[in-house]
Amino acid sequence: MCLGIPGKIIEIYNFEGTPMCKVDLGGAQQEVCIAATPEAKLGDYVLVHAGFALNILTDEEAQATLDLLRQIEDFNAAHPELSRD
Amino acid sequence: MTSSIPVDHRSPALTLKLAEQINAVITRPWNIMEICGGQTHAILQYGLDQLLPEQIRLIHGPGCPVCVTSLEAIENALTLAGDPRVILTSFGDMLRVPGASTDLLTARSHGADVRVVYSPLEAVKIAQVNPQKQVVFFAIGFETTVPAIAASIQHAHRNHINNFSILPANVLVPPAMEVILGSEALVVNAFLAAGHVCAVMGFHEYLPIAERHRCPIIVTGFEPVDLMTGILMALRQLEEGRTEVENAYSRAVSLEGNLSAQALIKEVFEPVDRKWRGIGLIPQSGLGLKDKYKAYDAVSRFGLAPTPIPESPLCLAGKVLQGLIDPLECPAFAKDCSPTSPLGAPMVSAEGACNAYFRYQKGN
Amino acid sequence: MDDISQKLEAFNCPVPLSQHEAILLGHGSGGTLTHELIKCLFQKHLGNEYLNAGNDAAVLPSSNGEKLVISTDAHIVSPLFFPGGDIGRLAVCGTVNDVAMMGARVEALTASFIIEEGLPISDLERIVVSMEKACREANVKIVAGDTKVTAHGDCDGLFISTSGFGWLPSGRQIAGDLAQPGDAVIVSGPLGNHGVAIVQARGDLGFTSSVQSDVAPLNGMIATLLESIPDVHVLRDPTRGGLATTLVEIARQSGVSIELEENKLPIDQAVRAVCDMLGLDPLYMANEGKLVLILPEASAQKALGVLRAHQYGQKAALIGKVHEKSSGKVWLRTTLGTTRVLDMLTSEMLPRIC
Repeated sequence: MCLGIPGKIIEIYNFEGTPMCKVDLGGAQQEVCIAATPEAKLGDYVLVHAGFALNILTDEEAQATLDLLRQIEDFNAAHPELSRD
Repeated sequence: MTSSIPVDHRSPALTLKLAEQINAVITRPWNIMEICGGQTHAILQYGLDQLLPEQIRLIHGPGCPVCVTSLEAIENALTLAGDPRVILTSFGDMLRVPGASTDLLTARSHGADVRVVYSPLEAVKIAQVNPQKQVVFFAIGFETTVPAIAASIQHAHRNHINNFSILPANVLVPPAMEVILGSEALVVNAFLAAGHVCAVMGFHEYLPIAERHRCPIIVTGFEPVDLMTGILMALRQLEEGRTEVENAYSRAVSLEGNLSAQALIKEVFEPVDRKWRGIGLIPQSGLGLKDKYKAYDAVSRFGLAPTPIPESPLCLAGKVLQGLIDPLECPAFAKDCSPTSPLGAPMVSAEGACNAYFRYQKGN
Repeated sequence: MDDISQKLEAFNCPVPLSQHEAILLGHGSGGTLTHELIKCLFQKHLGNEYLNAGNDAAVLPSSNGEKLVISTDAHIVSPLFFPGGDIGRLAVCGTVNDVAMMGARVEALTASFIIEEGLPISDLERIVVSMEKACREANVKIVAGDTKVTAHGDCDGLFISTSGFGWLPSGRQIAGDLAQPGDAVIVSGPLGNHGVAIVQARGDLGFTSSVQSDVAPLNGMIATLLESIPDVHVLRDPTRGGLATTLVEIARQSGVSIELEENKLPIDQAVRAVCDMLGLDPLYMANEGKLVLILPEASAQKALGVLRAHQYGQKAALIGKVHEKSSGKVWLRTTLGTTRVLDMLTSEMLPRIC
């Protein structure tokens, strides 16, 4: 489940007591409820699912992946017997 | 600092590099289950399985709420849709799912007022502009949809929108993982945990599960780079004999998750026993409304009390959802059961394992 | 006559229509349900060699060497006005394009209006003015018409049914069953804009975007194309069901397989953003001002040049090629070098969230 995409907050407002924002998704703008991300501010990227911000995304560039690839190169060097090639 | 979130997690170069590493690291066969149907779809849509070594068997888990929503809940939704006082609102996915008698699309063709919404808050707005009608939202989904549903109930409560209610059918991931891991027939060696569920709930709940069942769990996202990273992390743990919980989706997920979202859920919902289609009753695996918000429960508002409904004996959806069989191993696959005449929900839902296999014609 | 009887064989109904007792919206989606309805009900009772050929328009023999091309199309769209167009422009362009896709010179249209009691006359006039403008652009006249009014609630504002007539020069043969192994596949511009514009115009999913319907008459561009490139095999407009459904139709009609390259597919960023958000696939979203062109590879670059010089083909792209005789499969080669099979749209396209 769980289609979720990053959206950049371009407007914050209140709809009858519920905190809302408008996000830009790269050419499309969507109304998003930010009841669970009260600290969200203009310019933040939020993870949008069903018109709701699940979380504020952290500013990182595939860090986990890059760390992993770095580790693996070390691992392969240390354990040549586990490497198929 | 300028934000740089939408980096290329679809990067072909990085995805292929990860595939290369996966092929280099693997030494023996392993079974990895992706919990989430969205991950199943992404894997097949990008053809990631074609990049993996044959020794990796990906098992498609029960992470499609549409697939596991019980026949009883669907029949309740159909009953409500058939009530001329009611506008039934739902995420688009539920409309094609067959209940025991029919489906919501067919009900709509017979005149029921069934409307697709993108967010639960839209359903509340429909209630506001239709004060003479009862507007019911079919509350399906895992922990991911729950904060949005909770917020919609609070919005209705705050603004005295009394013609709004929900049909509660939300389910929780950890109890289902326990059931799968407790099954003797199954050999799941590692899990890819559903990234967007974890964005809300964090992954601390998985630490005891990984330890108790000696099973690596990797929190994984949905883009090709995310998925290949998750698979590679799982593989490394398996090859090295580790059984830890690791996070391959740290841009969206932290250990403790989104505490505000969890507080929102706790304010409105509490765990209840829930029946899963194809699997059966799992204790404390669903969410029901707390007393304070009980007035928004459509089951009590409309006095719904369905009797248990048996499932089609031809449909092996339950086994597919638990990873006990592959969709292609079901005798009904593409014969008695297809997206235009489905026997079970996994053939209907865009995220269902059977539908994904059918659409992307695996095995052909 | 042998080949005609073979075609009729091929159109035998694969499955009975029994699963659905009533018409669903999905029967109008352009996908599998639509095909089932056409084969198992309309062709079953009304079938003949022209109808069963399954092309955008019928080609009838005439005495003077040119052949008569006829098509008809009913237009329902909600809302009546949408970004980039309205039902009137759609009704003219849809039928003009269907006739033009056979390679014919479009001669005239007829139009019948089914109007719901209560429709503001100012709305109707706006729509008719828009039709006049589209006709002028397409250089075609509406030569006969009819108007019926239904009781309130019996139709959704306005339905317009148009028929189109044209002449096919002798010797010209363009049809869905003529794709040949080795041919190139070209699309005249970005995909899915009309479908997304309509979803947006319905206004119930809470998003806005810059996406406009691409609805446009393509007969001018096609005429220019055919003047300089006579060896076109297939022309078709990927309307309901989108590019994927249209190519599956062609692959099945021609008995070939078609390979597409994902990174060559022209898709506007805003269309992609909306589709990502709603779980929709741009390859299945409707287009109303695009054509798919299949022709010998040797002519492909020249065709691209002609299309790109025209206002409705500026972003034309070579997206794939036709492969050996087969059971009619369409493959997508992804940016990762993997493949997946594209099937027809199954039923009504619904946004998905979970």
